[in-house]
Amino acid sequence: MTMDLSRLTSSSRRLHLLVNPFAAAAAHSRRPISTDTSPITVETSAPFTAHNCDEPSRSVETTPQELVSFFRDMALMRRMEIAADSLYKGKMIRGFCHLYDGQEAVAVGMEAGITKKDCIITAYRDHCTFLGRGGTLLEVFAELMGRQGGCSKGKGGSMHFYKKESGFYGGHGIVGAQVPLGCGLAFAQKYLKDETVTFALYGDGAANQGQLFEALNISCLWQLPAILVCENNHYGMGTAEWRAAKSPAYYKRGDYAPGLKVDGMDALAVKQACKFAKEYALKNGPIILEMDTYRYHGHSMSDPGSTYRTRDEITGVRQVRDPIERIRKLLLGLDLASEKELKDMEKEVRKEVDEAISQAKESQLPDPSELFTNVYSKGYGVEAYGPDRKEVRSVL
Amino acid sequence: MAVTFQGLGAAAALSLSGSFDPNRLHLPCRRSLSVTRLSFVVRLEERIVSGSNLPPRRAQQLVSKAVATKADAASASTASKPGHELLLFEALREGLEEEMDRDPQVCVMGEDVGHYGGSYKVTKGLADKFGDLRVLDTPIAENAFTGMGIGAAMTGLRPVVEGMNMGFLLLAFNQISNNCGMLHYTSGGQFKIPIVIRGPGGVGRQLGAEHSQRLESYFQSIPGIQMVACSTPYNAKGLMKAAIRSENPVILFEHVLLYNLKERIPDEEYVLNLEEAEMVRPGEHITILTYSRMRYHVMQAAKTLVNKGYDPEVIDIRSLKPFDLYTIGNSVKKTHRVLIVEECMRTGGIGASLTAAITENFHDYLDAPIMCLSSQDVPTPYAGTLENWTVVQPAQIVTAVEQLCQ
Repeated sequence: MTMDLSRLTSSSRRLHLLVNPFAAAAAHSRRPISTDTSPITVETSAPFTAHNCDEPSRSVETTPQELVSFFRDMALMRRMEIAADSLYKGKMIRGFCHLYDGQEAVAVGMEAGITKKDCIITAYRDHCTFLGRGGTLLEVFAELMGRQGGCSKGKGGSMHFYKKESGFYGGHGIVGAQVPLGCGLAFAQKYLKDETVTFALYGDGAANQGQLFEALNISCLWQLPAILVCENNHYGMGTAEWRAAKSPAYYKRGDYAPGLKVDGMDALAVKQACKFAKEYALKNGPIILEMDTYRYHGHSMSDPGSTYRTRDEITGVRQVRDPIERIRKLLLGLDLASEKELKDMEKEVRKEVDEAISQAKESQLPDPSELFTNVYSKGYGVEAYGPDRKEVRSVL
Repeated sequence: MAVTFQGLGAAAALSLSGSFDPNRLHLPCRRSLSVTRLSFVVRLEERIVSGSNLPPRRAQQLVSKAVATKADAASASTASKPGHELLLFEALREGLEEEMDRDPQVCVMGEDVGHYGGSYKVTKGLADKFGDLRVLDTPIAENAFTGMGIGAAMTGLRPVVEGMNMGFLLLAFNQISNNCGMLHYTSGGQFKIPIVIRGPGGVGRQLGAEHSQRLESYFQSIPGIQMVACSTPYNAKGLMKAAIRSENPVILFEHVLLYNLKERIPDEEYVLNLEEAEMVRPGEHITILTYSRMRYHVMQAAKTLVNKGYDPEVIDIRSLKPFDLYTIGNSVKKTHRVLIVEECMRTGGIGASLTAAITENFHDYLDAPIMCLSSQDVPTPYAGTLENWTVVQPAQIVTAVEQLCQ
């Protein structure tokens, strides 16, 4: 684990040589916070491991603006999840609430590597992915609290966030069922000749579902632009991956389909892998990405998260592999931001989240008539009246 | 007293599927109510039909062909009539082809639908015409390809997913229930799922228990889907077109034994209403509600009943979800007696739901309790005679009507 730290400091030293000397000089006079778009190249901290394909380069093209946005977005996601934790404990959020803190790098890195025309579909741990796709904090909190202002008008809940216009297809409660849906999205993209791809995310627990292999088989046969992304946080609810999977090399499970194992706590590595995967999938068909990541919370709010793993393990990962800390060190090392600026950013983010929560609390609960809306969409036939054609039982 | 099994065997053999002699097979035109004499008589031992809760009755007639009705010789010549004659599976194909021509977003997915032409020939020739990307042969992975159809529908494509047999779609139940039915609601209206899931189901000819399932009873409580059952070439084509054009997920139930029915259908384009029931035979004494294959058993029984002086009103409900309570209600208000004849199981079938719906809404109009004739709650046996006894036979329908109309 300490290797990573030294690699980081050594890479930052190397970077000073790669950074444009003019910019370096300019940096002393004016710190380029979120406005500088001059390219920087950063090395990922861990190498990629490939199966049946050539791995992408470890040098990632980025800009200071992008790095700062990574930090801000991940800090926002982290704060949002922690706020959701306290809202749940305060009984404002009920039912199931699956938190993503620790895994933010996957959501943020993926967004950086693709466009909003590409589709993302994931399972129930979707709050941060939704945010990354352009969802607002208000929509998130209102939906979690079951209010009208939520992204699904309060009728979906934590596990059913969707944003059609930015290509976010949910938000699915049944483990693994989103992968065939994702391959269907890829099929539609190929059918309509969109030149876009679909990222179908699932966890290490879902990786053992049969429907994944069925969908992968069909996608490879039809050469669909589908990218299956396994967010391997090493625990399928309470079962560790070595107890659930005979072969925990999820990136190799595609067999005939190529795979890539990525350090999922490094947003830049995720970005590189997703860019690579998009190019690959558009030319050759499906590819599997395995993101090696970790969740700090338990599986959901009803799971303390410490009965199947030790607290030392959790704090260990938090100290050494935390994605936000990694970007913070990178920013400080590259002298793109000062400690104080980053702390101010975090304070801003905290305020934003608090404001969104209070706004969401003011949002109305759905009207009782909403119980019957959107069961069907206005179909080709007539409205289904009650038996004597006087009272409308449901409008189809 | 002796049971003439050979008669029953003859009935089974001549009745459905296989090749029909076009000259002898004419379905009643929707407007013609001519009643024809039965061709021959078979005695039935009442113990055979002991599964039903009817009191033992003496032998009654059973026509050999449960589907066909012998029309007069005059209607045998079809050359001068408008429209064109075709078999039910060809009507489905015509409907599908017309919709695929009309809208490039319609595609077909299923096992052996492409190069093989479909296991019941519904998609024959479509792959050659439209290409491999619009008529897709899938591997045997119902869960995955149904899910993929639903995912494609979320983006706006209009896939038609074929289950080779409805029973196989049980493997895709999660996708149909959670993703197909519920996504429109849980996304707050963001996604529409204009998918059509179709396939043959029902009790065939000795296909065995697992290939004779009636899935309408399993799917009926999934919110957000529509279910329709076709029974004639005319309504098969119309319902197929309506289902494809509908913005809602529609499950179209076909029947294995009805694919070779022949009927004359109009040349001009028509689309039927998905939520409407079909009045097969107006009448005064009793309302018989049925759908799919049982429609033919009912029509056969109707001929017997008419000879005995009864005037049954036969309605093919077609729309299994939601029920067309308007047509049904008007009929109940007229006749005050209801008999439901269905192929679903007794427990939890479409008939059970329909009984509840009618009782709830039209209780005041009923002069007698609703009687529901359904299949027995048993896995469909292989032996032909046993198989015949699991489904409702016309003789039982006649008995039930006589009992209700006392």
